[in-house]
Amino acid sequence: MTAKLSAFPKEHPHEHEEDPREHLMLDPRPREEMNSMVLESMQDTPVSYWVTVGVLGLLVGVALFGAWGYMISKGMGVAGIRRPVYWGVFIANFVFWIGISHAGTFVSAILRVFKAEFRRPFTRAAELMTTFGLAAAGLYPLIHLGRTWRFYWMIPYPNQRWLWPNFHSPLMWDMLAITTYLLSSTIYLYLPLIPDMAMARDRSTGWRKKLYRVLALGWRGTEAEFHHLHTAINIFAFAIIPVMFSVHTIVAWDFAVAMTPGWHSTIFGPYFVVGAILSGVSAVTMVLALIRGTMKNMKYFIRPEHFDALGKLVLIFSMAWGYFFFNDFNLEWYGGEAVGHAVMDYHLHGPLSWIWYGMLVANIIIPWATLWNKKIRRNPWAMFTIGFIINLGMYAERFMIVTFVLSRGRMPFDWGWYKPSLVELSISLGSIALFLFLYAVMSRLIPLIPVWEVQEGQLAHTLRRIGKAEIPTVSELE
Amino acid sequence: MSETAQEKWGMVIDLDRCNGCQACVTACSLENNVGFVGEESAAYGRGMHWIRIQRYWEGEYPNITARFRPVMCQQCGHAPCEPVCPVFATYHSEAEQINVQVYNRCIGTRYCANNCPYVARTFNWFDWEWPEPLNEQLNPDVTVRRRGIMEKCTFCIQRIRKGEEDAEAEGREVADGEIQPACAQACPADAIVFGNLADPESRVSRLARSARAEKLLEELGTETKVIYLKGGSSRDR
Repeated sequence: MTAKLSAFPKEHPHEHEEDPREHLMLDPRPREEMNSMVLESMQDTPVSYWVTVGVLGLLVGVALFGAWGYMISKGMGVAGIRRPVYWGVFIANFVFWIGISHAGTFVSAILRVFKAEFRRPFTRAAELMTTFGLAAAGLYPLIHLGRTWRFYWMIPYPNQRWLWPNFHSPLMWDMLAITTYLLSSTIYLYLPLIPDMAMARDRSTGWRKKLYRVLALGWRGTEAEFHHLHTAINIFAFAIIPVMFSVHTIVAWDFAVAMTPGWHSTIFGPYFVVGAILSGVSAVTMVLALIRGTMKNMKYFIRPEHFDALGKLVLIFSMAWGYFFFNDFNLEWYGGEAVGHAVMDYHLHGPLSWIWYGMLVANIIIPWATLWNKKIRRNPWAMFTIGFIINLGMYAERFMIVTFVLSRGRMPFDWGWYKPSLVELSISLGSIALFLFLYAVMSRLIPLIPVWEVQEGQLAHTLRRIGKAEIPTVSELE
Repeated sequence: MSETAQEKWGMVIDLDRCNGCQACVTACSLENNVGFVGEESAAYGRGMHWIRIQRYWEGEYPNITARFRPVMCQQCGHAPCEPVCPVFATYHSEAEQINVQVYNRCIGTRYCANNCPYVARTFNWFDWEWPEPLNEQLNPDVTVRRRGIMEKCTFCIQRIRKGEEDAEAEGREVADGEIQPACAQACPADAIVFGNLADPESRVSRLARSARAEKLLEELGTETKVIYLKGGSSRDR
């Protein structure tokens, strides 16, 4: 009899399942406490913060604008580009930053539209990436111009010479798409910010109060105001998704409409969109890990559950990217055109083929080998590392699409190779610094956590007891 | 845009006559104020030559032959470079039926050069210098291009214009062979012939009808205005 009793399982069978209260939505704190937690994170500026901002600012000034100024005064020749590789690192950077800017909108708008509740605390952090990713991307079409000081000739303005830009050119489509995206994503960032600005206005003094008073647009928080705000956010969330798709498709068309072998591909549009989302969502996990690790009170708002959810997204998009890659590459191989094979041969057996193999490891093998594991997905710094590797892989992909393809054209006499110069590397580093600088400054000016949305979510979520289990439920908000 | 491009100025290059002497390259550079980039830059693929002698080896040593092909802008009737320019710096001249480049309009996106299957375009990576007394050699009829601008062969449009204006002043048609670009003028083997393709009796038209005639990458449908003769037979002369 006693032996039978000791056979009783010591552990509760559900002990390994996570406690539902680990989820932000089921772990509410008083509203005022949450407000002050967020405000504290904005006003917490230790010495390390100022050092970081100072170094980043210096890099923006010297590595980005200094090197750019040097290039303007000397000529494009200080970059490593040459015949036939007329585009190089600058255009690869451009595509890369546009890709980064995708994730913000993707994560925020698509998850909002599908009412994915886990999105609430990090939509703003993601949307900020869109704005600043576009700021970094938007510089490159200017940087890469041979005569930057004539960039305004691409703008359709009336002039006495009766000259007009050429709307047949994909570069014009680019300009229109990017300006549309920048404008709409900035409005989309600003709309959910209004109640938080009012919250900050009511709880701050000095210059901050003046700033937030302007930005809050007189928000009082009445029911009518919230109703209008929800409607506006909803319209923008739906409308910005096709804009986001169009932007990266048009960036892909910069290449795909050209008759260059290796670029002229019908799949480039969706292939680029998927690649952008893969690199962008990975970058969101990186930024979230940084915010969580460096800013005060963020461990309450950004939790392993969010990394877990984003990790699943990254895995899905890594698979989708692999599918598109397979389509693009294998059909070119099967087609058997001599030029296409020369381009492929340069990827597979050229002197820089390690970049190609490295890309496959970074974009396919590493995410597929790690992200199925919940423990890894729930570890912020593991996700940071994986996100970093995927972004390296995606950068390699853009680099090869621009420069490898141009190295092998239809005229074998003109085949060439390309070596980025110090100026190009400096400007590339400078644009990373620009993104981080703007982000770091903004993190102390606006709440990175949409507090009212988190609070709204916590109001809607409850734990109901059904039998012996506690089941999370969510009520319809709108 | 018509199905087949209209014909006007054209060029025939007899590859069986070309011996790769590069006289055309030199003459073109001097006529058109093409910048000198120096040895190092030229080796890195930044030579500005509007016409380049492509050299291909045939066979294995010791049974090896060098083949030469002078390649310049092919003056496509349906040019891939034209639609991609955001500011119309490269466009099709209806009057001359060639592809022209407006230097002062170019902002240097270099998209046209990426989309040129013949790699015919060159870019001014820097401001080039003509130190004294080399500046005396600059051709006053041709713009000196500054940094950040794309350029390419124009079929010596300054010579075409001058020939047309001379003929108009004298109230006559331009005679066959009257207008010669610098490369054709300098070719010691008479491998380059220039003239009006619209005139079926012109020398260039007669040569273009040769059985040896071919166009470079004709399968792309670019309707080029440069015809290469290749085959080794001399029956057309």
